[in-house]
Amino acid sequence: MANIKLKKGFDLILKGQLTSDAITPANASPTYAIVPDDFQGIVPRMDVKEGQSVQAGATIYHDKNHEQIKVTAPVAGVVKEVRRGERRKIEAIIIEPDGSGRQVTHDKTAPVKKLLLESGLWVMMRQRPYDVVPAPDVAPRDIVVTCFDSAPLAPSLMHLLADDVRYVAPGVKALKELTDGNVYLCFRPNEEIDIDDAQVMTVQGPHPAGNAGVQLANIKPVNKGEVVWTLDVLTLARIGKLVKTGVVDFDTIVAVTGEGVSTPRLLKATMGCSILSLLQDDNVHDMRIISGNVLTGFKVNAEQWLRAPYRHITVIPEVAQRDEFMGWASLSPKRFSIYHLFTSWLTPGKKPVSLDARIKGGERAIVRLDEYDRMLPMDIYAEFLIKAIIAGDIEKMEQLGIYEVAPEDFALAEYADTSKLELQRIVRQGLDKLRAEME
Amino acid sequence: MKFLRKYMDKIQPQFRPGGKLQKLESVYDGMESFLFTPNTTSHSGTHIHDGNDLKRTMITVVVALMPALFFAMYNIGLQHYLAIGQPETPWLTMWTFGLLAMLPVIVVSYVVGLGIEFIGAQIHHKEIQEGFLVTGILIPLIVPINTPLWMVAVATAFAVIFAKEVFGGTGMNIFNVALITRAVLFFGYPSRMSGDEAFVKTDAAFGMGAGTTVDTFSGATPLGQIATNVGDSLSLHNVVGDPITTCDAFMGTIAGSPGETSMVAILVGAAILLVTGVASWRVMCSVFAGGLAMAALAGAFPSPTYPASMLSPWAQLCYGGFAFAAVFMATDPVTGARTRVGQYIYGFLIGVFAILIRIYNGGYPEGAMLAVLLMNAFAPLIDHCVVSFNIKRRMQRAGNKK
Repeated sequence: MANIKLKKGFDLILKGQLTSDAITPANASPTYAIVPDDFQGIVPRMDVKEGQSVQAGATIYHDKNHEQIKVTAPVAGVVKEVRRGERRKIEAIIIEPDGSGRQVTHDKTAPVKKLLLESGLWVMMRQRPYDVVPAPDVAPRDIVVTCFDSAPLAPSLMHLLADDVRYVAPGVKALKELTDGNVYLCFRPNEEIDIDDAQVMTVQGPHPAGNAGVQLANIKPVNKGEVVWTLDVLTLARIGKLVKTGVVDFDTIVAVTGEGVSTPRLLKATMGCSILSLLQDDNVHDMRIISGNVLTGFKVNAEQWLRAPYRHITVIPEVAQRDEFMGWASLSPKRFSIYHLFTSWLTPGKKPVSLDARIKGGERAIVRLDEYDRMLPMDIYAEFLIKAIIAGDIEKMEQLGIYEVAPEDFALAEYADTSKLELQRIVRQGLDKLRAEME
Repeated sequence: MKFLRKYMDKIQPQFRPGGKLQKLESVYDGMESFLFTPNTTSHSGTHIHDGNDLKRTMITVVVALMPALFFAMYNIGLQHYLAIGQPETPWLTMWTFGLLAMLPVIVVSYVVGLGIEFIGAQIHHKEIQEGFLVTGILIPLIVPINTPLWMVAVATAFAVIFAKEVFGGTGMNIFNVALITRAVLFFGYPSRMSGDEAFVKTDAAFGMGAGTTVDTFSGATPLGQIATNVGDSLSLHNVVGDPITTCDAFMGTIAGSPGETSMVAILVGAAILLVTGVASWRVMCSVFAGGLAMAALAGAFPSPTYPASMLSPWAQLCYGGFAFAAVFMATDPVTGARTRVGQYIYGFLIGVFAILIRIYNGGYPEGAMLAVLLMNAFAPLIDHCVVSFNIKRRMQRAGNKK
């Protein structure tokens, strides 16, 4: 077992952390939905029509370029609406549950790859390069499974896993059939479990230590021409359960956290459930609801649905202080910054802080030194990479290591950025451009 | 602050397209974001952002310059009253004299520089950026106090337009704007930039402190005296001919460019920059290391041909603009090296070149300005080399696998 120690990064401690490990059921959700944007790299081709009845686990749509890749329904019910946006882009496929609990049972003796593709668990994995759903025709060099989430307010994945930990070993066994390389499991120290077929690693250090890409970069970086798959331990357990029982577990435990939540809590729900069923009696007026964590999550409203990876909701104030007078000159210890430029630096102890959704400054050219590098524990000159992406210089992007990164790896740098650049969007654009160029 | 908000909202339509003052739209936007933190929230990417922005960063540098500025005002007064033979004048009077002497330069620097930035922002329909906040206060601190205001205006305008705006504005310039201002003055009007009459204000400021200079007066700076020194030993004196020591230079009670004389005030500023993390300690420390190394090397071979080689390394750091350049000029992140390894090389070479030019080039008694500008030009090359190693490592890794 190897240990990785990371120094770069930062642990943001926000208000609204989970205080109890108890898991209670969520309210019944009137509708469920699949949001195609959650599965980067897939061009949806619908397999069902509005009004059609589906079982849980039935195919909803497949990928235009790889017909084997399927996205499946999380619940049994009727397809109520295929919601389309600009240029008929599918925004959500909404399913009204019928409460029957009918679920597709797969042939568990089928080859693992086919099983994963058919069951819809395939799309829960990602590949480097490009941070997209893996292409089924390329065998990965290695597979990295992250077993903890280091993002602000994130729940402990091992706790969410609970009894399903017994499915981790079968999951690893299944994944081993898909790669000639290693399956790496990356744990927080003291949480690790021994799995025969896997390389067990422990990772110490602040966020983004929990990002699969960061772990991968510190184990064995992806080179040009190589493919590595990444997934989290919850998906791994689902894969294990699938190969053991033939059914996909669409149940999920969601951490509802953040300043805007009356009591941060863990709720048992089903993937794609409505946000309202999770928020229950919280007053979310003037609040920002984020499906996911504050760094990489999606902005949603109460009428929308839980987004992949289906385990975290954060509620923060939208604008905590309207028209803050000369905020840049603030001497208030309440104005939080990770830099030593504000008096908050001098207040003792690491108290949970309150952060709202304001950008708190205008977009500027990159001025401060070292801002991105100190938030990215990889052997990459982040600032030079960002500049290459902005300039659209494909050769430079490759040379500077764009194959090793995903937008989420830059999320913390984006938070810290004095120049307020949208780094995740820039990286996503760079990856998309490169993918279009290469494939 | 509600009334101010209401007032800003009321006048806003006039500045929008179609309004009477639409040509001043960027001025209005600049003022508004200066007064009120924008309420804009993130719409993509991270939902939370750090409290720090470029305004705060820049204003921190200005705060760090304040000790040097306040001491400069006092020292201008001190040198003036020494020169007119009234050394017993109270310090507050001296300081007030310095304030009055510097104020016009500060006003001219800001009005000209910000004016051009405002026009540039309006032409490009961009938000006003903060870069000149710092440049505008650096300029009065590094140009000799007796520089005519029109020269300051011309040089500032030249620097802002040709060293900054043509490259794309704040954050895009290759050379340090304040140093370009000084370089324009230095090479454009050399007679007013050195010698006896540049550094000590002998005439009255707004009618204050009138008097005639004493007979023993000489306004040459210590480095100016060293450059013209003859013989095997150095003898340095102040404006009225009394001998001075390195300690005086450390405190700053000597003739020189306003902000550059006092090592104490500069070190206070350095502490602010380092504690807040605004400046790179790697650059700052390397400049001093490079300067000490070069000074020690030159000091090992003292020669009357190059009188400055007879100064001790410690004195080299205290005299002239070396410390000011190390703390405030070399650490400009935009024009310096941006990789960590690059910062060490960049800083060290600035230190070396500053002392090298000072000692072995008789034409320029002060080398710090030229050293920083020279290394500004080389910073991208240094970074390129450092990044190439990273690229090479990555390519090798990819190659080994096959």
